[in-house]
Amino acid sequence: MKLITAIVKPFKLDDVKEALKGAGVQGITVSEVRGFGRQGGHTETYRGAEYNIDFVPKVRLEMVVHDDDVEKTIAALRGAASTGKIGDGKIWVTNAERIIRIRTGEEGSDAL
Amino acid sequence: MTIDSGATAWVLVSAALVLFMTPGLAFFYGGMVRSKNVLGMLMQNIFAMGLISILWATVGFSLAFGGSGKYFGNFDFMFLKDVANIPNLPGYVDDFALIIPPLAFVVYQMMFAIITPALITGATADRMKFSAYCILIGVWAVVVYPTVAHWVFSPNGWLFQEGALDFAGGAVVHINAGAAALAVILVLGKRRGWPREAMPPHNLPYTILGTGILWFGWFGFNAGSALGANGLAAQALINTQLAAASGMIAWLIIEKIKAGHATTLGAASGAVAGLVAITPCAGFVGGMAPIAIGAITGFVCYLCLTLKTKFGFDDSLDVIAVHLVGGLAGALLLGLFADTAINGLGADGLFFGGGASLLGKQALASVATFAFSFVVTYVVAKILNATIGIRVSPENELVGLDQSQHAETAYQA
Repeated sequence: MKLITAIVKPFKLDDVKEALKGAGVQGITVSEVRGFGRQGGHTETYRGAEYNIDFVPKVRLEMVVHDDDVEKTIAALRGAASTGKIGDGKIWVTNAERIIRIRTGEEGSDAL
Repeated sequence: MTIDSGATAWVLVSAALVLFMTPGLAFFYGGMVRSKNVLGMLMQNIFAMGLISILWATVGFSLAFGGSGKYFGNFDFMFLKDVANIPNLPGYVDDFALIIPPLAFVVYQMMFAIITPALITGATADRMKFSAYCILIGVWAVVVYPTVAHWVFSPNGWLFQEGALDFAGGAVVHINAGAAALAVILVLGKRRGWPREAMPPHNLPYTILGTGILWFGWFGFNAGSALGANGLAAQALINTQLAAASGMIAWLIIEKIKAGHATTLGAASGAVAGLVAITPCAGFVGGMAPIAIGAITGFVCYLCLTLKTKFGFDDSLDVIAVHLVGGLAGALLLGLFADTAINGLGADGLFFGGGASLLGKQALASVATFAFSFVVTYVVAKILNATIGIRVSPENELVGLDQSQHAETAYQA
């Protein structure tokens, strides 16, 4: 079991969701977050005064998948979230030691 | 005195329109502050509607429009004594005779007295104690506002008699409030972190909503000041519309050139600048003059935005750049564009064959208003600061006015 976390541009969320469904991902958790990477922030101007906004809005998706499905999930994420411009986001994969369905107590792949 | 029913109806409606400007102002400013201070801003404005209504009826109106003194009113109309039954207010005779009941005039002028000190809140945003604010505007509404209103609006006032023109309150409202705002912030000091930290507006849709309410209410402010339902009211109304429009467009053009984008805050600010400038002029100019007045003022106000960083005073929401500078611009431009063909009780400005005489009177009224308001407000703020203190503690400023002054939160998570 792997936990895949992806940070993507907010306007790509719908495309990413469809692509992940297409790749067989069973569930996604989405949060609205702010942050910066190599893209940095942006500037906003209010009545002529420029402000640097360091943290830009992003969407974080989290999903747990079978080890075998990691590559196609990553491919789906990259395919849908990429614009080719700086600030497209990141994906990272970590081990998920246990996964438990709260209602039934099922564990492992049964719980996905 | 003959009461005209059409005029009375229009002035009564205008009173309601002008009242509505204060909550409009609350949202105009409220959108521009940080979210932890939005209730503090709304409260300061809405509370002016409570406090000053009472003060106006008990003493303010009498000090502004009572008696025949040149410099001050008197106490004849305290608690509105006799106002319902007198034939004419002092000075309002012959050409200036009212055709509306004096009580309609009282309530109409009350709304001006409310919004004027409320304008100060934009400069003092995010850091003033609510208690000190209440006392400050209370004193101001009794000492400063009625005095300037008497000088400029009352036919017995010295600036009125000098021949200075102010149709709806360029000096009485905007220069007066702008000068007071400058005085208070010099005592109050800068917001913590200004100008190093970014303090962007938290809700520009509120600001746009507030702008719409202000613009709408301004028809009552300017066209209502005709004190009649007549051609002059119509002239003032179209002038108001055109100046707001050209102020907006001018601001957006210079903003686009200098900062790269036409912004919603710029559109709102430019419209308000145009409205401020046309306020003294509304019933004295005609033709396409309001377009010039709004546009020139839009440009000038935009260019004055940088004054606060240059001189280091934290005029948080640009009351000085928009209301003081806009009010001054309107007062002086009236000296150029005034036309007796529009209003025989006015005068001709420089461009209409009147020479520089009116311009000089406009400058005198502007300087006198600025000086009186600034000095008295500064002294009052200094005294308050030395006694109860006018600024919230650093902790309370950090937490925000909403929690520290009112124990409330605007937006529940």
